[in-house]
Amino acid sequence: MAESEVTVRATAIRVGAAALPYRERALAFMVRRASWHWAEAVPWLLIIAAFFVFPDRMTFGIQVLIAIMFALSLDLILGYAGIVTLGHAVFFGIGAYTVALLSVRFNWGEPISGLLAGTLVAGLCGLALGWLLLRYRGLTLLMLTLATATLLQEFGNYRSDITGGYDGVPGMEIKKLFGVFDNDLYGHTYYIYVGIVLFLVFVFVRRIVYSPFGQALTGIRENIRRMHAIGSPVHRRLVTAYAIAAAIAGTAGALFAQSTAYATLGVFDFDNSAKVMVMLILGGTGRLYGAFVGAVIYMVLEDNLAKASPAFWQFGIGLLLVLTVLFARRGLLGLIESAGEYLKKRRT
Amino acid sequence: MSTSALEVRALNRSFGALRVARDVNLTLEKGARRALIGPNGAGKTTLVNLITGALAPSSGEVLLNGENITALSQAARARRGLARTFQINQLFRGLSVIENICLAIGERDGECNNLWRSAGAKRSVLEEALDHLDALQLGDDALKLVRELPYGRQRLVEIAIALAQRPRVLLLDEPAAGVPSSESHLILDVVASLDPDIAVLIIEHDMDVVFRFARKITVLVAGAVFTEGTPDQIRTNPEVRAVYLGEEAHREARHG
Repeated sequence: MAESEVTVRATAIRVGAAALPYRERALAFMVRRASWHWAEAVPWLLIIAAFFVFPDRMTFGIQVLIAIMFALSLDLILGYAGIVTLGHAVFFGIGAYTVALLSVRFNWGEPISGLLAGTLVAGLCGLALGWLLLRYRGLTLLMLTLATATLLQEFGNYRSDITGGYDGVPGMEIKKLFGVFDNDLYGHTYYIYVGIVLFLVFVFVRRIVYSPFGQALTGIRENIRRMHAIGSPVHRRLVTAYAIAAAIAGTAGALFAQSTAYATLGVFDFDNSAKVMVMLILGGTGRLYGAFVGAVIYMVLEDNLAKASPAFWQFGIGLLLVLTVLFARRGLLGLIESAGEYLKKRRT
Repeated sequence: MSTSALEVRALNRSFGALRVARDVNLTLEKGARRALIGPNGAGKTTLVNLITGALAPSSGEVLLNGENITALSQAARARRGLARTFQINQLFRGLSVIENICLAIGERDGECNNLWRSAGAKRSVLEEALDHLDALQLGDDALKLVRELPYGRQRLVEIAIALAQRPRVLLLDEPAAGVPSSESHLILDVVASLDPDIAVLIIEHDMDVVFRFARKITVLVAGAVFTEGTPDQIRTNPEVRAVYLGEEAHREARHG
């Protein structure tokens, strides 16, 4: 009885929508597109649930949240603007080192201002590097970003008196959050702290993606030639997006340094740049939540596989990546989306 | 002397030893209806690329409404009212039709500088986009992805984007190319009913279309302006018949 009622109402809505003149339908769709869907609550509920279900795995949970943020920043430029980069770890590293050096050299361990400083410095570096590098595209850009990351890492190694080299910055001390909450051994405080920052960053990125500027980024990804022809200042758009993504990667790096109270030149590793790209491709590019799915799968797999087989754990991730690229080009989220559409089509 | 909508002065461009544009002079008055014809490889599309700034000339000048735009980027020229369509579709294939148009409007009005407002929040932009689509009978397809449309309708989107730029000068590079003749009439109707204030330059191979549409025809051969005149002058010009129409007739004879 209740079920048939629901079906009837659903049909009524569908008929109603079809009866609307196409103009109204198009307008309604465009207006509603950016509004929140109920399903978007799911990842956040899961993040909250994880806090209660795995209270003793919170330090790992923090690293997962940081990885999500890092992947999300890459999604803005790779997934939306179509910028390929193998040097995104540069900005993660700059964020981490800003926090570390502020703490060690200037005895500035206050976390919130440290976080903002890391974000700002990484963003400014993104602005400068983006202005310089984004004249190039494709393979050239890939190699240039890779080279930049390596150069920066080597410079850090050369001045290891400042950076601490591959041994890391010694004696980092991060003060209590708001002067009250300490980073406890189990990471409970920081899980909440990082979770809140992730949510704020996500809302920010989501707004950008659905803004006219975000549309222009997608336009550049879809057809850069036409963007030039319709008068888009393509370089400026790309540099803006790149600087924002760099700032967010810097936020993630700053949180990493604060949560682990440690930073080494290893953060600039090619591995780190490649890892975040693999995460995003696994989850699905250009769809915001791909960063969540990809980062969680990657981190959990890495954690478990590394325990099961310390020598060969990367094989598992490699296999998954190959399968994704072969059979789910749009990532795991894209696969789920396609399955949903298929089922919907079969039902009607 | 009133300023012309578009003026090309002594434009040259070479690719190595190959001179693809030789001292090209071309003037489009306001509201002009000009056809650019010539055999394959005459440099018609190259000329469009030189005018729009996709290619830089070796020497020469391009003036838009009296302003020298030779040093300006392609995008800066577009923002000053110079629009083009492409011989091979250059569309945002993964986006819906209405978004394709909204992008053109957004970049025209500087809306796309906005990072914070939702793209659907400005109703005037959406309404205008729908008006452009309605004018080209694309309204029903507004929410479809461009790549899902048949080729003929994609050609219409190609024109709709250019019109959404509100151009003062419009360069159409074979607008009906690749479209079966059963559908091409729709595109040609659109071209025929363009706003009379826009200066239009059309590259077209179909001589019926050229003679019907153009008030003046420029014949380009081997990168240089061969001759220029009214449709009647061009039709009766024996040299044009020899280099161009003759070739066409020759080809028809061979295939027929």
